[in-house]
Amino acid sequence: MRPVSSWGRLSAEPHQVVDLSDIAALVDQTRGMGPAIPLGMGRSYGDACLNPGGSLLNTARLDRFHSFDPETGRLVCEAGVQLRDIQRFMLPRGWSLPVIPGTQIVSVGGAIANDVHGKNHHRVGSFGHHVRNLKLVRTDGQAIDCGPGVNPDLFAATVGGIGLTGLIATAELQLQPVAGPWLDTEILPYRSLDEFLTLADDSESLWEHTVSWLDCTAGRRTRGIFLRANPAVDQAGKPPVPSRRAVPVTPPLSLFNRLTLPVFNTLYYHLNAHRGGTKRRPFDTFLFPLDDVQDWNRLYGPRGFYQYQLVVPRDAGPAALRDILDIIAKSGQGSFLAVIKTFGERASPGLLSFPMPGITLSLDFPNRGARTERLFVELDAVVRAAGGRLYLAKDARMPRDLFDAGYPKAPELARFRDPGMSSGMSRRLMGH
Amino acid sequence: MDQKKRIVVVGATSSIAEHCCRLWVQKGPVELILVARNVALAERIATDLRARGGAVDVSVETMDFLSVPAIAEAVARWTTQAPVDIALIAHGVLSPQLPCQEDLARAHEALEVNGVSPVLFAEAFAGAMERAGNGTIALIGSVAGDRGRRANYVYGASKALMDRYAQGLQHRFAATGVKVVLIKPGPTDTPMTAQYKAQGRKLASVESVAEGTVNAIERGTPVAYLPRKWQLIMFVVRNLPNFIFNRLNI
Repeated sequence: MRPVSSWGRLSAEPHQVVDLSDIAALVDQTRGMGPAIPLGMGRSYGDACLNPGGSLLNTARLDRFHSFDPETGRLVCEAGVQLRDIQRFMLPRGWSLPVIPGTQIVSVGGAIANDVHGKNHHRVGSFGHHVRNLKLVRTDGQAIDCGPGVNPDLFAATVGGIGLTGLIATAELQLQPVAGPWLDTEILPYRSLDEFLTLADDSESLWEHTVSWLDCTAGRRTRGIFLRANPAVDQAGKPPVPSRRAVPVTPPLSLFNRLTLPVFNTLYYHLNAHRGGTKRRPFDTFLFPLDDVQDWNRLYGPRGFYQYQLVVPRDAGPAALRDILDIIAKSGQGSFLAVIKTFGERASPGLLSFPMPGITLSLDFPNRGARTERLFVELDAVVRAAGGRLYLAKDARMPRDLFDAGYPKAPELARFRDPGMSSGMSRRLMGH
Repeated sequence: MDQKKRIVVVGATSSIAEHCCRLWVQKGPVELILVARNVALAERIATDLRARGGAVDVSVETMDFLSVPAIAEAVARWTTQAPVDIALIAHGVLSPQLPCQEDLARAHEALEVNGVSPVLFAEAFAGAMERAGNGTIALIGSVAGDRGRRANYVYGASKALMDRYAQGLQHRFAATGVKVVLIKPGPTDTPMTAQYKAQGRKLASVESVAEGTVNAIERGTPVAYLPRKWQLIMFVVRNLPNFIFNRLNI
């Protein structure tokens, strides 16, 4: 048994960690295990990848490629391969993953199990849309292939299924051709939520990647920085090697508090508002700015932090977001740089997939115990009333009724669950 | 177009060696000969490397690592086919101390697998590379070879053998185009050290150790401690006077 934390560092409870490293022995290693849950890079913020008192099936060393067809861009690899590794090897060969979340340091299995999305959701949908096939190893000793064309029901339960349908052993991914690592990027400051929405609507048809930072300490006087990017037509030049920085120690207190936050946010806003304009950047510094700062989650201090990511339908969205920003401003527990983005219309492939047409906002909150929970209760009420939902990959505390309301297809998952799989999250939200 | 680099990896299923190979196939055209005892695993590694790299040529071989004639024959064959640019000798087993103390056969095996066999491979490559006037021999030693400690002195002694051997080989090739690189990793996060991880010890990532190894080979660094901090730590450990050292439980 050893203590394991997820990315939010809210707990460090003992787990039995089973290191899987041999794909050939997987069926034997997982048979009769349980209660267990697969663990990839542990980048979920809450308890989706935790199983206090039980087992974690660590896939970090199931990290081998099985085949790649340079004609069609089909890659078959093991579940523990990191997205960063795929990019590192496939970009020079002219191929890229179509969907990557805000960090590349996640495993393929985790990306599928959480049906992650990227800054190009409006163009390409979520990660699960690009999975052609996967092999699921169940704790009863079965190994089952599923995909959009084979066992599609089990596939829909597994994509976004937070590990509850079995262990994803291998997956076949469809990559997309790319010219190179450069993006032509544009930075636009905006000064109201309406301005953001106009920018988002105008950008979606012409720009591949869109995302925006929002200063949520400013209350109704919303301001932010809109970022959009397209692959550069001219790809000349080698990208610079990013400098790696690390957070060496955990500060005794969260560095983000009532005093520092407005300062950080104002600085960030003005720095970028002045930079403005267009610039050519390597894709990774634009899309994954935090990947070069190792262990940035330590900045929130020893008590860890919550991430609260919500999506609200487009119609009810603007009003709901205004309420949410008000509540946060009043609470004085703002987040360092909230991230806001619009999702496209493409229906998500999984029963528990997070993306739906609308607006998504994600916020970090240092863990201040009951005060933070009280804030969440207020935010939950707005999300519920607007017909929205919270992102399971980031959740550590949502109440069961909000889960039931936000994920109406959840009861269908029961049929496909691997009885040997259970997690902190599944016990909290589904009772077992 | 670069010339294809020709690399022989002895003990190719070692985690550090596997990650070195991943870096090599990423860097450019390369021909890899993977030599391993566990052929099924080596084949999976080869498949992975072929899928990762564009211009890679990977083959897998198996042999008896403890047989002197087999070592001589195999190295002669690889080096006469074409010059070998890099020979990475990476095989070894982490032999726990207690079984080695209690069973001479275990101690013998540990000394042979971790010390004698790598040295024989290196010696076989040394002759061929000397004739070619070019090549790099890289050996994976260990910080455990720097000073005998009660916790692992049989394993440490086998690595110390490699250390003194590499020193002599470097002396022999000092004025030639042949380079000899000794890698001394500290505890690294590989399947070999799973028991340490379970005890909560902090281990270096295999990716970072492999990166350091590939860089040291490229530069011809005679001795590379990985991660670098082990150079300082082992300097202190080597120089502690016996009356202090013998009281320490390290």
